[in-house]
Amino acid sequence: MTVPAIELKGISKAFGPVQANKDISISVAPGTIHGIIGENGAGKSTLMSILYGFYKADKGEIWINGTKTDIPDSQAAIASGIGMVFQHFKLVENFTVLENIVLGAEDGGMLAPSLAKARKELKALEEEYELFVDPDKRIDEIGVGRQQRVEILKALYRKAEILILDEPTGVLTPSEADQLFRILHRLREEGKTIILITHKLREIMEATDTVSVMRRGQMTATVKTAETSPQELAELMVGRKVLLQVDKVPAQPGKPILEIENLRVVDEAGVERVKGIDLTVRAGEIVGIAGVAGNGQSELLEVLGGMRPGQGTIRLNGTPLALSGHGSDGQARRAQGIAHVPEDRQREGLIMDFHAWENVAFGYHRDPAYKRGLFMDNAALRADTERKIEKFDVRPPNAWLTAKNFSGGNQQKIVVAREIERNPDLLLVGQPTRGVDIGAIEFIHKQIVALRDQGKAILLVSVELEEIFSLSDRIAVMFDGHIMGERLPHETDEKELGLLMAGVAGEAA
Amino acid sequence: MEKMPKWADVVLIPLISLILAAILSTLVILAIGENPVEAVNLMVTGALGSTYGWGYTLYYATNFMFTGLAVAVAFHARLFNIGGEGQAMLGGLGVAVACLYIPWPHWSIALLAACAASMLFGAAWAAIPAYLQAKRGSHIVITTIMFNFIAAAFLNYMLVNVMRPQGSQDPATARFPEAVHLPTFQSMFSTAENAVFRGAPANISFFVALLACVVVWALIWRTRLGYEIRAYGHSETGAVYAGISPVRITIIAMLISGALAGLMAINNVMGEAERLVLNATEGAGFIGIAVALMGRSHPFGVFLAAILFGFLYQGGAELALWTSIPRELIVVIQALVILFTGALDNMVRIPLEKLFLGLRKGAE
Amino acid sequence: MEFFVTLVQVLDSTIRLATPLLLACLAGLYSERAGIFDIGLEGKMLMSAFFSAAVAAVTGSVWLGLMAGIGASLILSALHGVASITFRGNQLISGVAINFLASGLTVLIAQSWFQQGGRTPSLFGGGRFEPISFPFAEALDAAPIIGPVYSELLSGHSILVYVAFLMVPLTWWVLYRTRFGLRLRAVGENPAAVDTAGVSVVGLRFAAVAICGVLCGIAGAYLATALQAGFVKEMTAGRGFIALAALIFAKWRPWHAMWACLLFGLLQAIALRFQNIDLGGIIIPVQVMDALPYILTVVILAGFVGKAIPPRAGGEPYVKER
Repeated sequence: MTVPAIELKGISKAFGPVQANKDISISVAPGTIHGIIGENGAGKSTLMSILYGFYKADKGEIWINGTKTDIPDSQAAIASGIGMVFQHFKLVENFTVLENIVLGAEDGGMLAPSLAKARKELKALEEEYELFVDPDKRIDEIGVGRQQRVEILKALYRKAEILILDEPTGVLTPSEADQLFRILHRLREEGKTIILITHKLREIMEATDTVSVMRRGQMTATVKTAETSPQELAELMVGRKVLLQVDKVPAQPGKPILEIENLRVVDEAGVERVKGIDLTVRAGEIVGIAGVAGNGQSELLEVLGGMRPGQGTIRLNGTPLALSGHGSDGQARRAQGIAHVPEDRQREGLIMDFHAWENVAFGYHRDPAYKRGLFMDNAALRADTERKIEKFDVRPPNAWLTAKNFSGGNQQKIVVAREIERNPDLLLVGQPTRGVDIGAIEFIHKQIVALRDQGKAILLVSVELEEIFSLSDRIAVMFDGHIMGERLPHETDEKELGLLMAGVAGEAA
Repeated sequence: MEKMPKWADVVLIPLISLILAAILSTLVILAIGENPVEAVNLMVTGALGSTYGWGYTLYYATNFMFTGLAVAVAFHARLFNIGGEGQAMLGGLGVAVACLYIPWPHWSIALLAACAASMLFGAAWAAIPAYLQAKRGSHIVITTIMFNFIAAAFLNYMLVNVMRPQGSQDPATARFPEAVHLPTFQSMFSTAENAVFRGAPANISFFVALLACVVVWALIWRTRLGYEIRAYGHSETGAVYAGISPVRITIIAMLISGALAGLMAINNVMGEAERLVLNATEGAGFIGIAVALMGRSHPFGVFLAAILFGFLYQGGAELALWTSIPRELIVVIQALVILFTGALDNMVRIPLEKLFLGLRKGAE
Repeated sequence: MEFFVTLVQVLDSTIRLATPLLLACLAGLYSERAGIFDIGLEGKMLMSAFFSAAVAAVTGSVWLGLMAGIGASLILSALHGVASITFRGNQLISGVAINFLASGLTVLIAQSWFQQGGRTPSLFGGGRFEPISFPFAEALDAAPIIGPVYSELLSGHSILVYVAFLMVPLTWWVLYRTRFGLRLRAVGENPAAVDTAGVSVVGLRFAAVAICGVLCGIAGAYLATALQAGFVKEMTAGRGFIALAALIFAKWRPWHAMWACLLFGLLQAIALRFQNIDLGGIIIPVQVMDALPYILTVVILAGFVGKAIPPRAGGEPYVKER
């Protein structure tokens, strides 16, 4: 029996009234890849942050290589041979790769010898693990895939034996992700222990030796990957049988509502994000946009929602929309019959410090129904809120509660209620169920389908392929600002879509 | 779940901060060898013990209401306007221009014109920093600080080289004509047998300030523009999603803020000095920061905080008159209030939140 | 020749007037490069000016005065650190409070200690920093061009002037050639990177704020014990804000900071000497000279002449991401 590389015993951690981790125990054998899977908010990242000394556990013990270890800060974690690659990279953007690697691991007070030494060691590491990056490039000059390598190199440079990766593929294309997994296997061959945190079943099945499942702050199971199946893991994650298919009748597409021709979007940094796409959404259908995050889907939604300018032609019910300047903002879009459930409800869809009733007016605060004389008719607004809260089963049913005090699912219900109840011709929906509990997911999916059945057009953007499959009547795949192809859900599968998402064009594109 | 009840946030935290500032001020008075009890006594009698004292207290409070509201409105849009001082200076210039160069038949019309002119000049002075923040991302705190200095130099130039009457050595404008002198509290409230507020500068502007409090309250909490200002202040990305233009709100909020700061000039320039002098604002623009912080950016809070600071200013002046404690004691108190209610807010807030959380757990 | 003599005199005065600006500007540079905005430079200088003059007046030793000034400035720095680092308060509001605190306390204490209307007694002898004469300064004075430049422009300043200008290469070296500098720049750009690399964000930021306090302390002491002979009310007269302007003008770089401070010092020297300047019929009023540093800064901030991009994490308290 080998001594485990990492052993956590009874870890508990609360943030105020929220119990993020509850009595978690886990044991990872050296030289293996161990997956931790769970929904958003299940407590995976908190657990790993405790292991990396970012937070102090309220209760519990950490054992590294058979020794009980205290990890009060990151310094101690590094000294114990732990390295961590965060979901959001912790790099100084205007420093070079070399400077980033040296930062915090310098030898002595002078910089020059540290940099020279690091340059030499980096070369050795690069060759050993096939992790090539140009040490003299600045971070903001290299792509995200390379930036992630820098993070891995940072850990290796600090002699990490245990490497934690938190949702490492969120920003990667499938081919970049495959490359990453090759690197991880290489690291395992060299005897490193790897913990991979993800909410994607595919990655667990492909890359790990053992897997632990977390649900609502608790560890529900640890199994050998070879002895389990995605269905079993999915059940363990959500706690009951998952409804992979939403009940819905076949779509009855009508006339085109939204017509997009040669749309281009250039972002603030001058990078072209959407590179000339064409797309039509008809009345009574849901068109799903699949793709890895960061391939232009967000920008597409934002242009349609009036949040950023674009070039090209967009017609709604045959009328062209202004894409920049006057008449192209969110107010104009709403007036034209477009409702928008944004991708990030906390930063966009809601004002977290506003009462629920104030949020129900958000974006529609200039609606004459909420106006009395010079002022806003707050009483009418509150009555309207009460109605929506009841209809959408928002809990607790309290219009005076501030948005931040609702759970993720109930926050999203407020947004969805606000937008769907406007009875729009076109509904834009971005990541409708991100960080939402399973009960609310079902409810929200049903509402979206019901709106479709009333003959409205719906454009859905989601990075969750499962969601795309279960909701869409037609699927378009975006990669690098292009639409790689359109498919009907019953005529395609995850594998084909995965290829399209990686930029490998199919015969139809 | 809320971390603590709303009343604690609105009442308890400013109160504790105020008490901390008071304790430290007491220590300062002790340290310079004076008797704090006696000092407080002197301040209370001097500022509140007579209609004369009240007349000064309310005069100062009027200034601070305007500048406090100015800072508060900008705060709602998450803009820190340190430029109240410069905007109030320019407001003074506006009042001087309105009062000196147009022969008004009656003070009431002149007051309306002076209000308009002071607001226009104050808003204009806020417009450039606002535009630069909105369109070019220039940090508004730095630009408004710079504009305070530029305003001082500009006013100095105007008073020395342009508006100074011939033959006068004093860098000030001529006296305003009799017709535009505002009614003071003395003329408004005295009866034949009982003269009150005698010689005190409080004037009708106080009621304009009260009106401004009400208008600002309605604007922020009851209008669509106020809704947009608050929404933008809480979340810029959210504002963009809702179709609220950040550029528009930044500029409008700063224009309102500058106009309110400028409006102060009807009190100190038109109501009190009756001419424009150098340094007419006497730092009132900066006190607005303390007033807005203490008043939690709510017009009613600003009203109370302005009265408190009016009391401190008048009390401080009395103190300087009768003891060897200089007026600067008030500057120290003002600094402590800003420190505790602004920068050290978390020092008071975090233990209090823990306390309430503990109480609730205990109750369950 | 007369023009040349005037020029040397103006430039000499430029160096004297640029010195406090430069010290304060470098002070701000350390703080802001570490991500802590500091609009309290003015207050720290003022506090130091008073305590250095007060202690020098009482003890007769300018060195003790300097120490006292630095100490006083450091206390305000600590306050700024506690408010903005420990309690994650608003750095700008903290700076405003510190300026008022200094403005009030200096007069209050001056009145209590010396009863001279908020000033200290005049300093003389060992209570002041005396000019240092370079070797052969007198002998060379007669030489054309070189003579006045050497003996008046370069020689004959107090030691703090030389300290200030030596701080420029030293700061450059610290910032770009040492481990501390790398970490300092990193913590101002992305504190999370520093934190996850196992270096204390709080420690680094406090160190930066402390250096800022020391330099502001020297700047204030220079004002009261070298440039002038004693403390008077509000004697910093907005220099802390001009230094802040210079820092933005220099885009947070040490050598550029020196040139910016020299430029602003020159403007002050010209305003001091000429009042209204007659440029062939067009009269530039002295107020324009007073306002010019601020106007230039606004122009720079507006990005019309190259954009000034502050350290990315500046002004934001560091909160560990959940």
